[in-house]
Amino acid sequence: MSAARWRRAMSPGATLPAAAAPRPAPAARMPLPAAAPDPYADSGAPRWLKFLWRHLSARHVVVAAFLLVFPFVATPFITFQIAGQALALGLIALSLTFLGGYGGMISLAQLTIGGIAGYAVSILGTSATELSLGWPWWVVIPFALVIATACAALIGWLSVRTEGIYTIMITLAFGVAFYYLALQNYTIFNGFQGFQKVYPPTVLGVDWRSPVPFYFLALACALAGYCFVKWLVRAPFGVALQGIRDNPRRMEALGFHVVAHRVAAYAVAGLMAAVGGILLVWYNGLITPNSVNTGWLINILVIAVLGGMRHPIGAFIGAVVFVLLQTFAIDLIDRERFNLLIGGVFLAIVLFSPDGLLGLWAKLRSRFGPDQVTTSPLRRQA
Amino acid sequence: MSRKALWAWLLIGGPLAVFSAWALVDNTRLYLVTLLNSLTLASLYFIVASGFTLVFGLMRNVNLAHGSLYLLGGYIGFTIAEKTGWWLIAVAGGFLAAAVAGLLIQVLLLRHMQGQELRQTMVTIGLSIVIADILLWIFTGQVHQMEAPEWLQGPIRDIPVIRAYSAYRLSLLGFGIAIGVFLWWLLNRTKVGAMIRAGVDDRAMLSAAGVNVNLVFAVTFMLGAGLAGFGGVIGAVELSMVPGEDTRLLLASLIVVIVGGMGSVVGAAIGAVILGLAETYGLAYAPTYSVVFTFVILILVLAFRPRGIMGRST
Repeated sequence: MSAARWRRAMSPGATLPAAAAPRPAPAARMPLPAAAPDPYADSGAPRWLKFLWRHLSARHVVVAAFLLVFPFVATPFITFQIAGQALALGLIALSLTFLGGYGGMISLAQLTIGGIAGYAVSILGTSATELSLGWPWWVVIPFALVIATACAALIGWLSVRTEGIYTIMITLAFGVAFYYLALQNYTIFNGFQGFQKVYPPTVLGVDWRSPVPFYFLALACALAGYCFVKWLVRAPFGVALQGIRDNPRRMEALGFHVVAHRVAAYAVAGLMAAVGGILLVWYNGLITPNSVNTGWLINILVIAVLGGMRHPIGAFIGAVVFVLLQTFAIDLIDRERFNLLIGGVFLAIVLFSPDGLLGLWAKLRSRFGPDQVTTSPLRRQA
Repeated sequence: MSRKALWAWLLIGGPLAVFSAWALVDNTRLYLVTLLNSLTLASLYFIVASGFTLVFGLMRNVNLAHGSLYLLGGYIGFTIAEKTGWWLIAVAGGFLAAAVAGLLIQVLLLRHMQGQELRQTMVTIGLSIVIADILLWIFTGQVHQMEAPEWLQGPIRDIPVIRAYSAYRLSLLGFGIAIGVFLWWLLNRTKVGAMIRAGVDDRAMLSAAGVNVNLVFAVTFMLGAGLAGFGGVIGAVELSMVPGEDTRLLLASLIVVIVGGMGSVVGAAIGAVILGLAETYGLAYAPTYSVVFTFVILILVLAFRPRGIMGRST
């Protein structure tokens, strides 16, 4: 069997000829039906076109069209405050989904990584504070990403020395420790006040902080992160990572370096969290220790769990729901009681639907809708 | 091994000894007062963290609502002390309130998801958000400060070198030692303690031996939560009670048990002393970097003893 056919048989998309079969795995062993509905399969069309045909379905096109048209229809408030913020938070939550859902490591320090990147941007770049070094943005951003990724790898290296439930404690300890460091240190982190007026640079004559450009900037980053995760979990590294999640000892016996894979997963997730963190700083226009306090560390977990950790899209669904709740809590219940609301929602989700809103959706679909597999069989036994 | 250990002691102990010698010559009083401060803080940390480590050791359940139970105990104790004026009733009330809250959490929520550690932890995270917000709602964000009982008010005078030291603060040390002795007695000399120790080692076997494991779990969770509440009341005099303290004590408990070894009461004592020393000396001698010392200790312990100083492999 050719490699292309193997790949096609393994991909659970809508174009799969064996979609009616409950599991694609047996189909891989049998010869496929001759009339595969893939007009590009043997033609000389470019590879990217074949790729798109196999992986895109109607809902992707609908969502993409919606996302592109959305900022021109919605008010600037909704575009910036809700969509922009949700995309930035979703990207950080996505890094946690990747770590937790595919690596089996729940890290509460993802926002801290984002915060480190945000602080790096503020310290190296420009802000209203004299401590900022004022470097140009094209130096600052790579530097911030590198620093944050290195910190993520360090945190990962220390956390993976212990495993399972310990990870959550150790990463929480790191996160809270960074909060106190930023709070108490005035020589580098400017203590309680933090950094004000941290704005994205004006590149190509566009003010990237006005609603529509910021939305598209965040959308591009989020989309890149989403596609990256989707690609990575099917790449050899991602498959090995899922193997390690399910049975580290067996993977070790097979010759995989478990610790290296886990640390690499932390670094990759750290890069995504760093991008999200920079976006978040630009969105807020400031960074203070309160941007990285325990409440926000936990909010990232809330977002990821709310959406569901089985699929990368869950992070963004969770983020949208979270931001909507945060923004409109004032109408539902007193603004001051937002934490009660979000805590209650989180508790309800954890108690009744551990797979989050995606799990709820899958349950409803299996009960009322046609008999379909909504989650990929690769990840079902997480 | 012995040579390696010697080097480790030299590398860690050497700089500490040099620092102590310098600090003693430079300002003896500051050094000794800081020492007392750190030990008293350590005993508060020990009281709170021992509950955390007991629960963790037996149930493999990271109770991230532990800090909230601390704050709950503190506020309840404060209210009782306001109403009755009796400090001892306040301490008992804080202990009981947190213990009952812990029992409810265990019986109503955690029991139904035994074995799903991650889910249990997430439930406690959700609870900590909810409890913290309810406490903020009732007691507002104001700083509450409890009065020390009359017989512990004011400083003890005429101590050589130190001159005067807060009597209440010194009593914390006594509380810490008393709790430590009590836990040692409970765990090593009573039947319940034997069950808890057996449960830490092998829960399935304990259950097979005919012990009602659920009951042991409930009692342990109550005790652990109660210790947090107890710590909350006695801490409410020395540290103030304000939203955010729950996180601080949760962080302290986490670091104490990570450094000391999870599930070990002796480890909690060692970890608490190390954390207390690092934090207080850091604040006294290098205020902006005090957290860094804690952090460095955490990294060193994780790098060389990933399961903590007294931790055993499971």
